[in-house]
Amino acid sequence: MNFDDYRGIWVYLEVKDGKIAPVSLELLGAGRKLADKRGTELAGVLIGSNVKPLASTAFVYGADVVYVYDDPIFEHYRTEPYMRALHDCCQKHKPEVLLYGATPTGKDLASAIATDLPTGLTADTTMLDIEEDTGLLLASRPAFGGNIMATILCKKYRPQMATVRPKVMKALSPQPNRTGKIVEEHISLREEEMRTKVLEVVRETTKKVRIDEADIVVAGGKGMGSKEGFQLIHQLADALGGAVGASRDVVEAGWIDHHHQVGQTGVTVTPKIYFAIGISGAIQHVVGMQNSELIIAINKDPNAPIFQSCHYGIVGDALEIVPLLIERIKEELPN
Amino acid sequence: MLHIVACIKQVPDTKIIKMNPKTNTMDRASAPAILNPYDAHAVEEAVRLKKKYGGTVSVLTMGPPPAVKAIKKCIELGADEGYMISDRAFAGADTLATSYALTKALEKIAKHQPIDLVICGKMTIDGDTGQVGPGIARRLNIPPLTGVKKVVEINKEKGYAIVQRKLEDGYEVVKSTLPCLFTVEKEINDISFAPLPNMIKAARYQPTIWTADDLENVDRKQLGLKGSPTIVSKVWAPPKPEGGQLLEGTAQEQVNKLLSIIFEKKELFQ
Ligand SMILES: Cc1cc2nc3c(=O)[nH]c(=O)nc-3n(C[C@H](O)[C@H](O)[C@H](O)COP(=O)(O)OP(=O)(O)OC[C@H]3O[C@@H](n4cnc5c(N)ncnc54)[C@H](O)[C@@H]3O)c2cc1C
Ligand SMILES: Cc1cc2nc3c(=O)[nH]c(=O)nc-3n(C[C@H](O)[C@H](O)[C@H](O)COP(=O)(O)OP(=O)(O)OC[C@H]3O[C@@H](n4cnc5c(N)ncnc54)[C@H](O)[C@@H]3O)c2cc1C
Repeated sequence: MNFDDYRGIWVYLEVKDGKIAPVSLELLGAGRKLADKRGTELAGVLIGSNVKPLASTAFVYGADVVYVYDDPIFEHYRTEPYMRALHDCCQKHKPEVLLYGATPTGKDLASAIATDLPTGLTADTTMLDIEEDTGLLLASRPAFGGNIMATILCKKYRPQMATVRPKVMKALSPQPNRTGKIVEEHISLREEEMRTKVLEVVRETTKKVRIDEADIVVAGGKGMGSKEGFQLIHQLADALGGAVGASRDVVEAGWIDHHHQVGQTGVTVTPKIYFAIGISGAIQHVVGMQNSELIIAINKDPNAPIFQSCHYGIVGDALEIVPLLIERIKEELPN
Repeated sequence: MLHIVACIKQVPDTKIIKMNPKTNTMDRASAPAILNPYDAHAVEEAVRLKKKYGGTVSVLTMGPPPAVKAIKKCIELGADEGYMISDRAFAGADTLATSYALTKALEKIAKHQPIDLVICGKMTIDGDTGQVGPGIARRLNIPPLTGVKKVVEINKEKGYAIVQRKLEDGYEVVKSTLPCLFTVEKEINDISFAPLPNMIKAARYQPTIWTADDLENVDRKQLGLKGSPTIVSKVWAPPKPEGGQLLEGTAQEQVNKLLSIIFEKKELFQ
């Protein structure tokens, strides 16, 4: 393997609801920095049906080149056809680094391709850097339930690949006039040869605010005492116009469903205000909210670890403090 | 009759693992070794499918000798056979080398009895990459179906499986040819209580154990550390945040202070 043949930082551009997924735009932001440091170009790979028009978004967010595979066979994500396309692209154009969002789709695709290329794949990365002269990617990730951080290298294989957690990297602010080069690619795949078929896609849309998009998240833990006590969390969220989050133990107790779980095995959130109420502050919880702008903790135990991860804390009984808080907010914000 | 193989791993219970604050290493002795929780759901699902469609359930693990305990746990859950591959040559494997070794073992198992379905957990709680399942599927050249939250139907005669795959905002129903591989979500089932006969069988059970030499057509360069493209170069404790300011006074005063802090973000409350 001649490393000099491998050039460029690539991002797999995941398409969701007819748009480039937010995590892919974040990765273009992170990738731009790596590409500039390494003095190379930033490319995106776009696979789907009727996706070519989306390339312009990638340019606006930092890409220099977009490789496009546009074909009806790619209507739904399926490992086999997507993998064949991306594999084809890697063999033709040989990237030095290839990044994916650590979403169900990104992880599925990356794991399959890593086996076929073959190459190393770092999972759930939260920090990225590159060595300017060698191009060695330094990908760091939490492991052992967030108890440690590890830096993973892939010295002897190219491309170097990593999946990167959503909401950790920052997208660049869009530059509407920025353009780039579209490279249209084709690969002949026949539907009859595909071994899987998507029969139906079911969206479980909730009317409530999605917690990973909300500006205010009010999260409650086991300290709320019971499912009834946890209703205070809903009431506070309603009063503030925010979304409800929860610790894993609350989800496991059946007080609320899994979509609300914040943390390593739940969602990562970065709201403007995050409330952690009756949450102890286990590392697995904290990794999912630590990048929030303002973190407020309420806990009756002054030694609870959450007070190490917040900006402001109140030591006290949540069942007393939260009702007072709701009352005062209703006075201040009558609607 | 289906032959289902569940891949399982023994892991330290990361919920109670302690860190040595001086060396920043994990004190593995502080955490009991358990069956990876996701893999318990994989075995449970295999056993349920066996009850529904008939067949056998085998479990396979790669690990050091004490991992026999995890296999026994699977026998309690209702698995019929246990296989373990254990050899220094496998040590230090990343996900690529892990999926390679497990695939060689699966090929050997399939020689006794062809495999219709491989079931893996969504991820482990120690390495927690979730990359091994799809890796095995690629190597066996069978479709990987990740994030399975419900098995709708398996039809061996017609050679297909229909499952629900979890997505970020819902799920999709997918039909795949058999054989194929599932990685399963926890919500796929609730673990049943182990019946007494299974407990008795498990206590006496000895799995089949193979070394690297027992596997066929093995390229030793692809095993263990040598076969692993990724290297863990540095391990450190996650940075501790500095900790915030505690608000003082009576409950009412604390609440008032808190309100003035959050209302500083005026844009949120207009
Ligand atoms: C692999 C792995 C992944 C995990 N993933 C996640 C994850 O994604 N998200 C997550 O949250 N957890 C996760 N966990 C679990 C995590 O380790 C903790 O067990 C969990 O976050 C604890 O939830 P809790 O804080 O609600 O409960 P507890 O730890 O029981 O804490 C309750 C807190 O409430 C306080 N309290 C009690 N009564 C009151 C009161 N009246 N008023 C105020 N405070 C009160 C107590 O002082 C205590 O601090 C994971 C664990 C593992 C091993
Ligand atoms: C700190 C640290 C970080 C790491 N980071 C990476 C990384 O980024 N990339 C990488 O390639 N490797 C990494 N590894 C190595 C990785 O943990 C090992 O390859 C491990 O053998 C399997 O990966 P996993 O635990 O993530 O399994 P996962 O892929 O999460 O496991 C998924 C499923 O595969 C099956 N399975 C996994 N292991 C076995 C087994 N031994 N026997 C039987 N079935 C099994 C189970 O069904 C399991 O539920 C890391 C290791 C450490 C210590």
